[in-house]
Amino acid sequence: MSRSNSKFHIPLTFQESARAALENTQLRRNLGKATQTIRAKRASVVDELPDWQELREAGRAIKERTLRHLDEYLLQLEAAVQRAGGQVHWARDAIEANRIVAGIVLEHGASEVIKVKSLTTDEIRMNEALGQHGVTAIETDLAELIIQLAHEESSHILVPAIHKNRAEIRTLFMHTLGISELSDEPAELAAVARRYLRTKFLSVPVATSGVNFAVAATGTIAVVESEGNGRMCLTLPEVLISIMGIEKVIPGWQDFEVFLQLLPRSSTGERMNPYTSFWTGVHPGDGPQAFHLVLLDNGRSRVLADHIGRQTLNCIRCSACLNVCPVYERTGGHAYNSVYPGPIGAILTPQLLGVERAGSLPYASSLCGACYDVCPVKINIPEVLVHLRAQVVRHKQTSEGIKGKLDPEAIGMRLLARVFRSPERYEQAQKLARLGQIPFARRGIIERLPPPLNVWTTMRDLQAVPRQTFRDWWRKRRVFGSVPKADADGVGDADGVDAEAAAAGRRNV
Amino acid sequence: MSAARDEILQRVRLALRDVPQREQPTDVAVERGYRPTADASREHVIELFVERVREYKATVRIVTAHALPTTIAESCAARGVRRLLVPVDIPREWLPAGIEALRDTELTYAQIDGCDGVLTGCALGIAQTGTIVLDGGQAQGRRVLTLLPDYHLCVVRTEQIVGLVPEAVARLVPAVCEQQRAITFISGPSATSDIELNRVEGVHGPRTLEVIVVTPD
Repeated sequence: MSRSNSKFHIPLTFQESARAALENTQLRRNLGKATQTIRAKRASVVDELPDWQELREAGRAIKERTLRHLDEYLLQLEAAVQRAGGQVHWARDAIEANRIVAGIVLEHGASEVIKVKSLTTDEIRMNEALGQHGVTAIETDLAELIIQLAHEESSHILVPAIHKNRAEIRTLFMHTLGISELSDEPAELAAVARRYLRTKFLSVPVATSGVNFAVAATGTIAVVESEGNGRMCLTLPEVLISIMGIEKVIPGWQDFEVFLQLLPRSSTGERMNPYTSFWTGVHPGDGPQAFHLVLLDNGRSRVLADHIGRQTLNCIRCSACLNVCPVYERTGGHAYNSVYPGPIGAILTPQLLGVERAGSLPYASSLCGACYDVCPVKINIPEVLVHLRAQVVRHKQTSEGIKGKLDPEAIGMRLLARVFRSPERYEQAQKLARLGQIPFARRGIIERLPPPLNVWTTMRDLQAVPRQTFRDWWRKRRVFGSVPKADADGVGDADGVDAEAAAAGRRNV
Repeated sequence: MSAARDEILQRVRLALRDVPQREQPTDVAVERGYRPTADASREHVIELFVERVREYKATVRIVTAHALPTTIAESCAARGVRRLLVPVDIPREWLPAGIEALRDTELTYAQIDGCDGVLTGCALGIAQTGTIVLDGGQAQGRRVLTLLPDYHLCVVRTEQIVGLVPEAVARLVPAVCEQQRAITFISGPSATSDIELNRVEGVHGPRTLEVIVVTPD
């Protein structure tokens, strides 16, 4: 996908992009190795903490408290930042945020800005917007630099170049940075970035960053990182512009005792990330002497309005859900066609953009629930996915008029609803199905159905309707006044179809 | 104020119609059932700190206060440090003889970048995570000092070491909430895991971190 695709235009469905990704064996190898490594690291550092579940619960509760009173906390944050010498700007959408940032950069006469990796600035496509004003945004995070040099998109929240291996990175650096001798040792590749960026850090007068947390009571901002490029950007330039989604506010300084334990362990699988910077407005004689904070809505207030979807805003962007997701592990991040990939992206993107623009994403999941188990702020991702699927269907039915009503799935569902509403119709349907399935059912399993029903059976088997249903059995039992032995055991059939089906039925309950 | 501000606040309030008018933030319960302090002896906490810092591939040495200057001299000699950057308020007794200590009296970035290493104290150490906390207080100086030189030698007194993250956050309340100081948490040398998720020590910050833990005489 090229950079020119606006985030408001999702060109392909997840299923279409996933198919292409699945054919890329190199990508699958890189991803499989990376996600397995990080899963193991995370599990070992999480197991170290006997109070992990208590920390998760506290993290969730703090976020809930903040979101339920978001307006108050935003006003507190604004006042605190201003008190500490910073300036606060509000942006309703991406265009407004970019206009604010560009305005500040141009006011300081800068033609380049150095940038700390930030998903929020990717979401608003800030680099492109600054480019239109003749300002070059230089990515300083190693992975971001790699994908910037390769003109590619991020494929993972935390390690955006996870889809590339060391050999690919070596070739890229040699071609784009004009280096003739270079090994594929990660340490040597990192050293290339160090040399390349040091002069930029020391000369570019304006930096931009995202925000991991912003404390309402004190105006303190936190940026969590590994390489030191963040500290460079936050410390060396004269001007610092930080862009944050409005959900990143937390009530008090004390809350860091929770989030500083949850975030690093969940994201990189480390006890603590190498560097975390906290600053409060402007510090005389230390760091940038002009600080701007941009508060961005860009669809977040819409997410907030949905009672079930609201918990999505708990997200602290750790990426643990990506690394455990069996779907992400195989398709990679690009298939999601969004800056927010993986399970969190599958619920966040459709809510930010509206289900009409990203309706395929809620289906990018097997609903296995691994993402919910690892989420450090307990976002019930499967619950939100199912909720969004319902919205997708409702949208299809209501907005597409007669076409929506004549959609085969819609007709099927209406029919089913009628059938399920009456016991007589239900039993008749069972009888019909028992007849209809004869050409397809083998040993209680339907492996293939004719179109259009094969949409279901190309990927999974269907349980056949058993020869004897529970209701049949129950009726017989009442008529005879006692339980016939064969039926009670569920073995009423020579080929054992009913027994298997009954067993499968019990498991499903 | 701005139209954007009014509109965003209005959208947020509209989105929160389900929240009862009289609900206060504190009405939303936050159960803090996690450990506030480490349940371990001082010796164990200090041992754990040393172990955890070492796991980040930083060098740690434990010495008595009396032996500190000699240890600093040895460390600098081993690294080949000739020009050692120090904050203006570095304790005089730390500095060994025969080393050119460059005090940060409004040095330029170029001067700082040209130093072979930097020597600082710290505000706190966190055992649980092997973290050093700088708050710009005594013997720490401004943030850039510990950023540009490739070698950071940091002195941690044992009484500065706490067990868990919540203890550190609590101790930093005056520095943040009253004095609005900039805080930096440092856990090992600068590192990246961006290439195949292999941790590589040393990208932009100091590639070598050396910690001297000082016990009372």
